[in-house]
Amino acid sequence: MMRFAVPIFPGSAGMDCVRAVEDVLAQPVDPVCHTQTDLSSYDAVILPGGFSYGDYLRPGALARFAPVMEGVREAAAKGKLVVGIGNGFQILLEAGLLPGAMRRNDHLQFRCDFQRLRVETDRLPFTRDYRAGETIRIPIAHGQGNYHCDDETLAELRQNGQIVFRYAGENPNGSVDAIAGIVNREGNVLGLMPHPERAVREWMGSADGVRFFTSMLKYWRESGAA
Amino acid sequence: MIKATITVKLKPSVLDPQGEAIRKSLNALGFDEVTGLRTGKTMEVWLEADDPGEAEARVKAMCEKLLVNPVIETYSFSLEEGK
Repeated sequence: MMRFAVPIFPGSAGMDCVRAVEDVLAQPVDPVCHTQTDLSSYDAVILPGGFSYGDYLRPGALARFAPVMEGVREAAAKGKLVVGIGNGFQILLEAGLLPGAMRRNDHLQFRCDFQRLRVETDRLPFTRDYRAGETIRIPIAHGQGNYHCDDETLAELRQNGQIVFRYAGENPNGSVDAIAGIVNREGNVLGLMPHPERAVREWMGSADGVRFFTSMLKYWRESGAA
Repeated sequence: MIKATITVKLKPSVLDPQGEAIRKSLNALGFDEVTGLRTGKTMEVWLEADDPGEAEARVKAMCEKLLVNPVIETYSFSLEEGK
């Protein structure tokens, strides 16, 4: 069985991620308290959305120093799959596990809507059940998803194929190069603003998030870690 | 006791949507002479320190570790006798 940890900070959502793993994958998943430091018994970590520590100072800036981040860093360094969704993405940026930073949406509004995304690569552990170039529908819900990085970093992201998801059609927040999700150089740490865990059944409006989770499980089984 | 007043600003190269919105509001109110506006934040920190040199080093460390995100922000600060 592939074991998932979902770290919960004060102000995090998180149960949506827990339910998605249970419902879609039927694999063991635990909400993990932010005070826990050891995540070595887990195969993957999902940093969920929400407003950790009230988004005080900057989104993710305070969560970055929570004890559980030690375990997240360790998991990332060992090559385990680490995902940050929404606020989780902001935390990964603040922690330096992914390059760049988040700014307020360029139109200043909190945007909560379905969004079309282009899947830029199907060669990653998170996207192998998608087809490169396909468009999927995944909800977004954020006020600060306007991804920023300098030109040099952007060139690197493009060159290394680290841009995983781009907004298709209208860019909902003004992010650089319409970036919705990026992965680290090694390909095991992914951050994205859209919420695949909120699109896993047709009654949710879309089931396009299912393959995000099945991709991870398939990768884990095929990588021999199972 | 020393009081540090820290100003955090977005780098000039980083778009400031709040500043733009406020500038447009000022223009709409008839302040046509306003051509640019940038927002930022101010933090006041009171700290125990034996001398200003020590305080300066500590405040710099605070900015670099937590208070400022160097990817998009810059900072400056001043120190005074605090109470």
